[in-house]
Amino acid sequence: MNKVAVIDYGMGNLHSVAKAVEYVGRNVSVSVTSDAQTILQADHVIFPGVGAIRDCMAEIHRLHIDEIVAEVIRSKPLLAVCVGMQALMDSSEENGGVECLGLVSGRVRLFNNAGSGNAVAHVDEDGSKLKVPHMGWNSVQQVDRHPLWAGIEDGSRFYFVHSYYVELGAQEKASGVTQYGVEFTAALNKENIFAVQFHPEKSQHSGLQLLSNFLKWDGTTQ
Amino acid sequence: MALAKRIIPCLDCDKGRVVKGVKFLDIRDAGDPVEISKRYSDAGADEITFLDITASHEGRETTVHTVEAIAGQVFIPLTVGGGIRTLEDIRTMLNAGADKVSINTAAVFNPDFVREAAERFGSQCIVVAMDAKKVSAPGEKDRWEIFTHGGRKATGIDAIEWAKRMVSYGAGEILLTSMDRDGTKSGFDLPLNRAVSESVSVPIIASGGVGNLQDLADGVLEGKADAVLAASIFHFGEYTIPEAKRYMANKGITMRL
Repeated sequence: MNKVAVIDYGMGNLHSVAKAVEYVGRNVSVSVTSDAQTILQADHVIFPGVGAIRDCMAEIHRLHIDEIVAEVIRSKPLLAVCVGMQALMDSSEENGGVECLGLVSGRVRLFNNAGSGNAVAHVDEDGSKLKVPHMGWNSVQQVDRHPLWAGIEDGSRFYFVHSYYVELGAQEKASGVTQYGVEFTAALNKENIFAVQFHPEKSQHSGLQLLSNFLKWDGTTQ
Repeated sequence: MALAKRIIPCLDCDKGRVVKGVKFLDIRDAGDPVEISKRYSDAGADEITFLDITASHEGRETTVHTVEAIAGQVFIPLTVGGGIRTLEDIRTMLNAGADKVSINTAAVFNPDFVREAAERFGSQCIVVAMDAKKVSAPGEKDRWEIFTHGGRKATGIDAIEWAKRMVSYGAGEILLTSMDRDGTKSGFDLPLNRAVSESVSVPIIASGGVGNLQDLADGVLEGKADAVLAASIFHFGEYTIPEAKRYMANKGITMRL
């Protein structure tokens, strides 16, 4: 039995990701939980997140999810999704600046479609003003041959919905990148962490394939 | 490779059944929203919008079960609209597996509801649906107003100002329906779409009036919509989703093929 824990810290709908895992998994049992024991006994852990980062981080600290995640990544594969990915970084610009978990070096930035300050506004490929949130199906270029990309064609489209994106620190490595006014990190890999900005549970075949790959992943990059 | 424009089929449901039914040749149950959603998803729909027109409270329980059933089998985004009036309504639908809720009348009667909803659940899941109708006389500068009650009741609210206000309150997307065009099959109200799309920063879904595939393409190319919503042209088998996507792609629109 492959035990999968979806970390629940009260932020948004986690049923979609749980249902998607049940749909693709063979012999899996999925728990949506904030219980440390259950999470630490799981074989695979998913760290989702939606909504505002300040509220997410507040709940992460209140429920000691920070300690649990730090423990998880010592021993088992972790898949972080959307705001879950952003929460792994050092800090986010959202909500006036929020300190995050610092497990991956880098910061979380706003898509700039207003050109505030000295910054030039990001524009879409056709020169039109970028809509924010970045919402819909965009193409992900794979920059490595990570096991989670197995069976997924390079450039496949995944479903995104976010206004902030991860800008990795120099020592970190993206696994997938996407263009939206700027090239941003759509997926990253660090040891047994794989993190994606898009929603695999909403990305039909490609997303389900990625989840299926995660369930088979042992946390190494071989 | 850029962000793709989206095609969103819309299912109108009453007590868990698709109203008017769907004419697919080989579908077992033309009124089953789960089977129809799965069919559209398999055909390449980019999202599904489920519009609940159930009036009774008991009927709405059925809706929740239907949303749960769809979310367990269809792994593309699902928006639920119709009768969303309280934070509890939103929570119920998100817990059932909806990714977004669409707020229409409740926003008009209580605009702060949109603000509270976006603060509690995040802008990414709050769609504001607005029903607009042209009120300017011929020859005058175009002006549209928000209407309620299926386009029968004027509110006096300017559509462009309303869109800006809803976005400033935290709406993450606007579902814009032209009540002049809805059901006419004469195409979207393109000037309305363009005016709203160019005055707000969030994505716009064009709705109301699609009669053929060129209408869908025009919604994006002329109306500057980020997504196009249609019901009857797909339900009655006039066009398939892959046909629509290929047609739009041939017009130079980025699509997920």
